[in-house]
Amino acid sequence: MLEIKNLHASVEDKEILKGINLKVNAGEVHAIMGPNGSGKSTLAAVIAGKEEFEVDKGTIALDGEDLEELAPEERAHKGIFLSFQYPVEIPGVSVTNFMKTAINESRKAKGLEDMPANQMLKLIREKAEMLEIDRKFLSRSLNEGFSGGEKKRNEIFQLAMLEPKLAILDETDSGLDIDALRIVANGVNKLKGKDNAIIVITHYQRLLEYIVPDFVHVLHDGKIVKSGGKELALELEDKGYDWIKQEATV
Amino acid sequence: MDLKEKLVSSFLAFENSVDLDNPVHDVRSEAIKNFEAKGFPTKKQEAWKYTSLNNLLRTDFSIFPREDNALEYKDVKKYFLHEVDTYKIVFIDGVYSSYLSETTHDGVDVCLMSSAFTKPMYRATIEKYFNKAASKDESLTTLNTAFCKEGAYINIPKGKAPRKPIQILHFATGNEASLMLQPRNLIIVEENAEVQIIERHQSLTSNEVFTNAVTEIFAAKSARVDYYKVQNDTNVASLIDNTYIDQKGKSHVSVHTFSFGGKLIRNNLNYFQDGEYIDSTLKGVSILGEKQHVDHHTLVHHAQPNCESHQDYKGIYGENSTGVFNGKIIVDKIAQKTNAFQQNNNILISDKATINTKPQLEIFADDVKCSHGCTIGQLDEDALFYLQSRGIPKKEATALLMYAFANNVLESVRLPELKIRINKLIANKLGVRVGFEL
Repeated sequence: MLEIKNLHASVEDKEILKGINLKVNAGEVHAIMGPNGSGKSTLAAVIAGKEEFEVDKGTIALDGEDLEELAPEERAHKGIFLSFQYPVEIPGVSVTNFMKTAINESRKAKGLEDMPANQMLKLIREKAEMLEIDRKFLSRSLNEGFSGGEKKRNEIFQLAMLEPKLAILDETDSGLDIDALRIVANGVNKLKGKDNAIIVITHYQRLLEYIVPDFVHVLHDGKIVKSGGKELALELEDKGYDWIKQEATV
Repeated sequence: MDLKEKLVSSFLAFENSVDLDNPVHDVRSEAIKNFEAKGFPTKKQEAWKYTSLNNLLRTDFSIFPREDNALEYKDVKKYFLHEVDTYKIVFIDGVYSSYLSETTHDGVDVCLMSSAFTKPMYRATIEKYFNKAASKDESLTTLNTAFCKEGAYINIPKGKAPRKPIQILHFATGNEASLMLQPRNLIIVEENAEVQIIERHQSLTSNEVFTNAVTEIFAAKSARVDYYKVQNDTNVASLIDNTYIDQKGKSHVSVHTFSFGGKLIRNNLNYFQDGEYIDSTLKGVSILGEKQHVDHHTLVHHAQPNCESHQDYKGIYGENSTGVFNGKIIVDKIAQKTNAFQQNNNILISDKATINTKPQLEIFADDVKCSHGCTIGQLDEDALFYLQSRGIPKKEATALLMYAFANNVLESVRLPELKIRINKLIANKLGVRVGFEL
């Protein structure tokens, strides 16, 4: 589904990603771990198409199609979703209205009519229930005054609404207490299927107890320095990242 | 003959239409002398540095409109806030239209300045309030005072509130090639009384209109006034709107100014706080394009201790439009514990749009909190990426973010139907495709 080959990316002439190779197939869950500053969030943003980052070398392809020339919204229409580490506050636009706009823009891009209002309402209600989101929450301004946990839950609500092919969760566990973490993970797991894939970016192993990865990759200094199964995450939790750094420099 | 000469020489003709023995006329006579001495303001004056009236003053405006212009409600319905029941004071080319209006004397007075000026029962009130808050030496205000004859007169007695909000509408039919209007409003809200007012000026054709309006608002102890100015006129209409507010202790007066259209708009909004624990709120949203020009000049004079003022003006300027914000705050020496907040944020969406913004603080007390900030910028790139990553194209995402930026000011609008209306106006203005039920 997603194939990244020798990806180099920089921001303001500072190289951050230094040759990433990653292949994610449909039905798989991949975890990307690594110390702070290793390039995890940059990788997520580059896949989603943030313009601030320059792709210097290499390719990112979704279902065989090169993404390089596509704007972020076009990537979203193709089924890429990024759950933000720091979701942006948009005063004056309610969660519901935002979701309607997002869904209908995606439909428009596919040549479909707007989703009928009652169908939209039903969908919103269903997904909100799944994530144990209060209805009052849906009429509040998007992310404005939300707690860290509410913001993350709202990201997963959007994920559930948009049903992407490839979901990238960037530090979704930060700011969540254990109950919220369980609800969020449960929501993500319900979306898992044989036709879509998930990339979980995290610093800690905690989230991976709930969203169990098929593969774990360790990112260090802009490169994947180690890959393995879910047991690698446990090893990292146990030993920290220092041994990886040492191994990488040797 | 330029406009000043024309106005001064027309004063004699104007005098034929009013009662010269009325004390109000002494005020007018004094005012025309003052205007004659001062003339129209020029860019050499600091307060008019960024707004030139030259273009306007070259036009040969009619000063006395015809009295027989009529309009059908169905043709102007869209300019009314018709989603909610209101009293209406409507003028067509400066002349009162009883047909389109709904006034009242039921416990409160919602009627006309022409009645208040001429009927004996209002004489004492006029003597007490008329021209007491308005400037005696600002030239455009004195010009209005000299020619004042008609406008809205609202008097809410102690403890009362009208059953519904009040709309003041001024239509210009364009039956004259170019017309100058000078409405004069007087609003008196007595102790513990309350009122909500919506005001709008609207020209209906492509003939030029120049309105020089003066509104005086008196808010007595613990009174509450919410005043909404909807400025969404056509590109041939210019408006100089002079508002003078006199507040007594514990009163709260809010003025929201929505500037979405017009050729030249100048808002002179003046607050005088004459009591303790007063709250003054000044909010504005300006969204302009083409060659439109808006100039917000605010003045809040804190003359007593323990008062607050909140100013928040947002501007979005596109194409060749220009904006000005000048926020002056005076805190007198005795006005300790003043809390004055001022904010002006602007977004320029075209290389050719301009904004000049200036806070002007004169603080003579030492125990006060005065904060002010102004920003001029583009939209937040991270926010834009966030929306795009949800499938919203850049153009729509940009519009949505501007909508959110402007919309923030609407929180303090206490009339839900108006809030919805303004919300929609903002969305339309910015081309936001929001299937919003708001």
